[in-house]
Amino acid sequence: MNSVILQIAEKYIRWLLLFFALTALLRGHHFPGGGFIAGLLAGLAVVFRSLAYSEEKVFRDFPVRPVTLLSAGLIMILLSFLPAWLTNRPFMTGVWVKPVLPLAGELKLGTPLVFDTGIFLSVTGVILLFLFSLKIPEKWK
Amino acid sequence: MEVILAILVGILFTAGVYLLLRRSIVKFIIGFIFISNATNLLVFMASGLLAGAPAFIRDEGGEKIIMADPVPQALVLTAIVIGLGITAFTLALKYRFFQVTGTDDLDQLKRTDQ
Amino acid sequence: MNTAAALPILIPLVLMIIMIINRSDTLARWTGVAGSLLLLACSVYLFATVRHSGILTLQAGGWRAPFGITLVIDLFSGLMLMAGSVILVAVSVFSVRFIREDCCNNRFYVFFFSLAMGLNGSFITGDLFNLFVWFEVLLLSSFVLITYGSTPQQLKGGVKYLALNLLGSLFFLAGTGLFYGETGTLNMARLAELLREGEYSASLNVSAILIFVAFGIKGAVFPFHFWLPASYHTPNITITSLFAGLLSKVGVYAMIRVFTLLFMHDQVFWQHLFLVVAGLTMVIGGMAATAQYETRRVLSYHIISQIGYMVMGLGIYTPLGIAGALFFMIHNMLAKTAAFMVAGLIRRVKGSYELMEIGGLYRERPLLAVLFIVPAFALAGVPPLSGFFAKFILIKAGLEDGHYWITAMAVFTAMLTLFSMIKIWNEAFLKKTPGNHPGINPPVRLNWIDLFPPAFLGSLSILMGLFAGPVFRFALEAARVLTNVSPYIESVIYGLSP
Repeated sequence: MNSVILQIAEKYIRWLLLFFALTALLRGHHFPGGGFIAGLLAGLAVVFRSLAYSEEKVFRDFPVRPVTLLSAGLIMILLSFLPAWLTNRPFMTGVWVKPVLPLAGELKLGTPLVFDTGIFLSVTGVILLFLFSLKIPEKWK
Repeated sequence: MEVILAILVGILFTAGVYLLLRRSIVKFIIGFIFISNATNLLVFMASGLLAGAPAFIRDEGGEKIIMADPVPQALVLTAIVIGLGITAFTLALKYRFFQVTGTDDLDQLKRTDQ
Repeated sequence: MNTAAALPILIPLVLMIIMIINRSDTLARWTGVAGSLLLLACSVYLFATVRHSGILTLQAGGWRAPFGITLVIDLFSGLMLMAGSVILVAVSVFSVRFIREDCCNNRFYVFFFSLAMGLNGSFITGDLFNLFVWFEVLLLSSFVLITYGSTPQQLKGGVKYLALNLLGSLFFLAGTGLFYGETGTLNMARLAELLREGEYSASLNVSAILIFVAFGIKGAVFPFHFWLPASYHTPNITITSLFAGLLSKVGVYAMIRVFTLLFMHDQVFWQHLFLVVAGLTMVIGGMAATAQYETRRVLSYHIISQIGYMVMGLGIYTPLGIAGALFFMIHNMLAKTAAFMVAGLIRRVKGSYELMEIGGLYRERPLLAVLFIVPAFALAGVPPLSGFFAKFILIKAGLEDGHYWITAMAVFTAMLTLFSMIKIWNEAFLKKTPGNHPGINPPVRLNWIDLFPPAFLGSLSILMGLFAGPVFRFALEAARVLTNVSPYIESVIYGLSP
């Protein structure tokens, strides 16, 4: 498809989708949202771009290989198990640090966020894998 | 609400089974998606529905709050994720199948078992 | 609290990531072997711990039992973990030379280890829904493996395999959902406690039947067995031997676990159902095998017939019967995998799986003949190999409990098995090579890497026969834990070691 309207619209919608994905990722632990949904949204941004242009172009321009995203995500998931293990807590316990920032107040950071980010990366990678391996199987190898 | 959803589940199962019995692989995949969604709805309904009640709540300090059961929602979310992966795989398999055999007809499969 | 209980899942996950990143084929192969050995060491350690200090539980995230995700390793899981890892080790060594026939080598190991992860996960989970999730992990990796070479045959077999197994998963999910609606929890220990305390309505039977059908499809039990012979002879022989050793046994494992722990409120009905199904599975699988003239198909039908024995042990439902089922499962994993591997070696030497086209192997390759005769006689139940004792225990349990019909059928099926094994022996080894099929020229050399895995499994099967006493004692202890569930419930929910 080669529609100028869609291509212009994509420029704005892409950022909207990515912002939405980030919000879903960050609020995920205590509210609806989370890594999987964020990953789907980010994947959607790429799918949308591939609709506006073409899969080949998106694949060419894409900075990392989907498999890299996937493995980075899996490694992050593994890393998020480490703190609980090192501090001798039960397997997969969330470990939180709560630094107090000058203006924003207390900031909650913890292993669930690392875990969720890992899910986010791997889901995005998987969606891209679906897209590329189904749409351009010959180029992709 | 439950009655309507129950009927919907029934319709989805019926349509899904009908499609599964067709000869085309594409229809088989659509049928599988129907049945998978019907199952997800069934699991979702299994513990009863509370319209409008949230599954995640803040601690409101001793007030009694009506709360939906989060477990079936978690189960369904997981099942949907698995369904996504399987659907993608079946589509890829179908693509490959068509490339290699040049047919969409399940009756062509007879020869692998006698 | 013991983080070690999560290792059977974590090790394959780490290996999987390594295999995704890694590009080198040689590295992938040897990492595969080393990883499987690590897994074996880990499961032996876990088994020893369980035997020494009782049931091992892990509550993920420190959430207490009925609410969080629980991993439980009791003796039954420990035994299965060990047997599964032995198969993984053998197959990983076997794959070093065999998988080369297909493309993209290191991708195989990604799915090999995700299969291992699903397998170990379903052995150690303490939660019905997580059992479903691990089943799906196992299933998805097996889908990829069965269509791995993308030949028309494999794709056709793959579609059939996929169709029935996907339906099975959906049945399982629906059963689980209804079960949750009825009881309000999915933790198996808590469910066992609830179901033993109170009366439950008839709708529980709906989920019981759904779950039975789901496990029946996974385990290739009689009315649902069609996918197995339709697909098992299509992929690379490494993958077939992996599946033959592991996949259908997970279905039987889950069946034994769930039907001893949960659905025992209507015992008479289930016992009858299991015994009828077991008898039909045995006889029909065994009879279908006699009509086949392709090694892999003969062996595939035998998988079905031997699933019948395991279900028979469950149907007898005395500690002795269940111990027999466990013993039979372990024996069958070893012998079946070895038999498939030898079939692969025959193909490599003679260029065909068709019994009509090969022959004269006894004279040409005496070593191969020895390697075949051990698992074949073990499967047929010739003393002193493992299969004899497995069948002996089951038949003894059947006679003690007065199930004469099923016992007679078991003996009859053993004859059928012996008949098909002798058929393969006669056709492939004793008969002269048919004139119009001279085989492969120049002759293929088999080196130790090819011969080691079947020899390893075969010698384990002999050892299991020679030291049947200790193995049987383990199985009996595991079966006692299964029939008397209060230690399981206590250690999962109240954190007590019995």
